Amino acid sequence: MATVELRFSALPEHVRTARLVAAAVARRAGVDEAVLDEVRLAVGEACSRAVGLHASNDIAAPVRVLLIEDEKSFSIEVGDGVPGGAGTDAAAGAGLEGAEGGDAEGEDEMGLAVISGLVDDVEVTSGENGGVIRMSWPTAAAPAVP
Amino acid sequence: MDLSLSTRTVGDRTVVEVGGEIDVYTAPKLREQLVELVNDGSYHLVVDMERVDFLDSTGLGVLVGGLKRVRAHEGSLRLVCNQERILKIFRITGLTKVFPIHTSVDEAVSATD
Repeated sequence: MATVELRFSALPEHVRTARLVAAAVARRAGVDEAVLDEVRLAVGEACSRAVGLHASNDIAAPVRVLLIEDEKSFSIEVGDGVPGGAGTDAAAGAGLEGAEGGDAEGEDEMGLAVISGLVDDVEVTSGENGGVIRMSWPTAAAPAVP
Repeated sequence: MDLSLSTRTVGDRTVVEVGGEIDVYTAPKLREQLVELVNDGSYHLVVDMERVDFLDSTGLGVLVGGLKRVRAHEGSLRLVCNQERILKIFRITGLTKVFPIHTSVDEAVSATD
């Protein structure tokens, strides 16, 4: 089970909330302070992308964010409800070309480019129920005691 | 925190001071501002990002869009930024090669190349 699970209506105004929650849980899990900015940015990118995918595919279901703390790492899974949506290879070579066109797809690719540039441990998968971006960060030996 | 925008004119340049968070929610406001400036004939823009707390790829997309618009009028779009956390995003996306990035508004306003 996820340590914290968040579901939000696929609207841009809620992405900030997801960033704040993810950063708070990451901090508690023992993710290095210096890396929290990256966590915030990466989860924001993944959520923005999911919000865009839900909007362009007319999906009413919420965006799903799982924040998972285990012994040695902290993971975030951001799931969209678009079958085949996230499973592209765009992360590797994404960049400016699309973005200069100013279209949604270009921003989507730039989002993946930012994630893959920021996070060493990232996995993008796609299934019948939608795509998932999974990102992990190492945590300090002992998690913060409440 | 929301996005704050203010503009002022310095010589033939228009300085856009941006504060707060530029993300998927607030980026459209910045886009509107840049489009409006270009439509009003301001083709040499300096975007001061010293008070920006957060920038994501949606924000980058808006800045690239702004650059495209001013270039169509042989204009320029310069950025002012000293914050490492923000500069990092420009670096990992390769945009440091696309935007002239200055350390102060004075420097950006007087730059000519």
